[in-house]
Amino acid sequence: MTTARALDAIQTQSTGIDFLHSLKEASIAGILTMVVLGPITNLVLDQYDFHFYPLREPILVNGIMLGFVVALGRLFFSLLVQTRSGHDLMQRIGRHSAVSTDTDHDRPRRKKRHIVPALTLSLLASAILATLGLTGAIHKGAAFALILVVLFVWLSYGISVPKRRGEPNSWRISVPLLFAAGFLLPIVLNQAGLLPKVWLSNLTLALIYVLLGLGLNIVVGMAGLLDLGYVAFYAVGAYFLALGAQYLEMGFWTALVLAPLLAAASGAILGFPVLRMHGDYLAIVTLGFGEIIRLVLTNWVDFTGGPNGMPAPAPTFFGLEFSRRASEGHEPFHTFFNLPYSGDYKALFIYLILFAIVAIMLRFLNRLRYMPIGRSWEALREDEVACRSLGINHVNVKLSAFMLGAVTGGVAGVFFATYQGFINPSSFNFFESVLILSIVVLGGMGSTLGIIIAALALTLLPELLRDFAAYRVLIFGLLMIMMMIWRPYGLIRPRRPTFPARVPHAQ
Amino acid sequence: MHSDAIRNEAPAILKVQSLTRRFGGIVANDDISFDVAKGSITALIGPNGAGKTTVFNCITGFYRASSGQILICNGSDTVEVGALLRRPFTGGSYLVARAGVARTFQNIRLFKDMTVLENLLVAQHQHTDNNLFRGMMASDRFLKQENETVERAYHWLDIMDLSDYANRLAGELAYGRQRRLEIARSMCTSPRLICLDEPAAGLNPRETEQLSELIMALRREHGVTVLLIEHDMGLVMDISDHIVVLDYGRVIASGDVESVRNSPAVIAAYLGADEASQ
Repeated sequence: MTTARALDAIQTQSTGIDFLHSLKEASIAGILTMVVLGPITNLVLDQYDFHFYPLREPILVNGIMLGFVVALGRLFFSLLVQTRSGHDLMQRIGRHSAVSTDTDHDRPRRKKRHIVPALTLSLLASAILATLGLTGAIHKGAAFALILVVLFVWLSYGISVPKRRGEPNSWRISVPLLFAAGFLLPIVLNQAGLLPKVWLSNLTLALIYVLLGLGLNIVVGMAGLLDLGYVAFYAVGAYFLALGAQYLEMGFWTALVLAPLLAAASGAILGFPVLRMHGDYLAIVTLGFGEIIRLVLTNWVDFTGGPNGMPAPAPTFFGLEFSRRASEGHEPFHTFFNLPYSGDYKALFIYLILFAIVAIMLRFLNRLRYMPIGRSWEALREDEVACRSLGINHVNVKLSAFMLGAVTGGVAGVFFATYQGFINPSSFNFFESVLILSIVVLGGMGSTLGIIIAALALTLLPELLRDFAAYRVLIFGLLMIMMMIWRPYGLIRPRRPTFPARVPHAQ
Repeated sequence: MHSDAIRNEAPAILKVQSLTRRFGGIVANDDISFDVAKGSITALIGPNGAGKTTVFNCITGFYRASSGQILICNGSDTVEVGALLRRPFTGGSYLVARAGVARTFQNIRLFKDMTVLENLLVAQHQHTDNNLFRGMMASDRFLKQENETVERAYHWLDIMDLSDYANRLAGELAYGRQRRLEIARSMCTSPRLICLDEPAAGLNPRETEQLSELIMALRREHGVTVLLIEHDMGLVMDISDHIVVLDYGRVIASGDVESVRNSPAVIAAYLGADEASQ
């Protein structure tokens, strides 16, 4: 391996970086790419002649250009592995054990060391994105949405650092600051015209998938129960809002509080018949459950509107509506605050509530791994017989996993319905379950941060790369195959919480 | 003799009364009766396929006895294992552990992808604060109880000489250490009776010797009664107060070490007997 050779190079001559070697590697990689891809993309059959177009559009899938990109990338990596920090990084990526223990949490001081470069790096990335956006190299909205994504990832990382008694947590100040920034920045950006409604909606959808991924992670990642019908709980939440508004004059907020309860109940209903099932059998039954819910929604035309779907209400801001003209007895948001009407307010408001709820959920879901219930789930995944021999009520543990997973899915469903303003059963098909499952698998089962990154990537990348829309499923499949070969445990390996010896007694 | 003294004075902690377990037409256990005295070390031995593990599974609630009774006695309080297993949905097997019977497994069943310490924390779920909201808020009460369980876990790791591995994954440990960890884990449930299923299997002679010291220490210092299945006769003869010998699902001998060692039925079962002597 060339990387291995590069690593040897540091060990022997620890001072210099071998530019010539890197350059050679980069040119070989670039030329190979051009030779392989160039004929496919740059030669065009025209009548009876071949024509060579070196700058053929779209520029990014042009084999010659790809050659340059690959060469640059190769050069970058080749130089990176020759530096000390790059070497460390490679070592960390190369580790092959499935699960690692979380030694960082043992040493809070070391953790602190990470924060400054991490924040600098994200600020730098944000600055680059902002320049790219403002100069028009990429879409303005996309650039600023990506800045918010970077912010959100750091926020979730900060939240995932556990609180310990008597130990300084260097994230204690950063987390509220990041949260405030993530909450206020969209308002500022939107008002400055840098974050249009389209990208607010994209971000909202991305966060909905983050919620779904986190919920399914409880069931699949932690409790080890392969659930292929998770979309059912998502549908329960969404239809609860739509049906509640239709028949019970229920508003968004009422639904947001009650939908998790209903979803938990349906989680328990699904849980009971599958208590004795494992693995494949469980997957089939949950798949059936998901389809039953979808088919009921499709075929009960009188009640659910069938394939025609149903409208779902938008949230209200302390009774103020976001529509141009409010319904009777209500006032629209924009007239109350003497603002010109804009559809952006609604999108912005939904995004902000969702952002706050995801942050709160993250805080709670992260705690689960440090709690007896989370440990019981993981123990159940490892060995059910041993759990029973230790006096763990495996039925309660399984049911609680299904129920808490369903609660999260239900909340996501309410947001989905209000975000779309209209729902029909085709949003809750089997492919949706598969997508959520791939978020969990790609992210790394049991790793919150990995799942967040996977959810954001799988929902936002298709929006960023609109040009390649036709290749979406192809790229998705390739990504899955590559991940399963090189990183079978997901983007980020789950880490075990560690406990230092001799915890000081509480006074 | 020392062991007889214990047997005569101590009340039984476990009474197995005409236990029969059938799998279809096969009778794995046929009318088995024996008592385990409180504070004793009782061994269950017999050739392969004699039905020892089936007896264990019945006692620890993994199988329900086809007939007969298994009583766990705790002073005046007596629990019948079969009655616990009639719970709807759950099968109730976890209640046996809560009644004070812990067990280990012939093929080690650790939570391999969890750390050594977490294995012990899972076992202490009866002592932790299981309230969802207090846990999610990381309240003081929750953290205090959590710290106590961590400390108890470290206490057991010290006893088993595993403290250095506390934050390693359980599956990464060497085989002998995994055996010790499994014993530590079942001890963390604060049992009164611990059932060890072939604890010496796969251990080298030195480790076996340490194991026998460990089992004696469990009884002496932690007041736990031990019931074990074992093929290592050296270990069994060294530490047992009482031995029950099974063959073809029946009890063929039972008593202290000497009487079992000299029992013709036992010798016949292990070494085989020629036609003439039968």
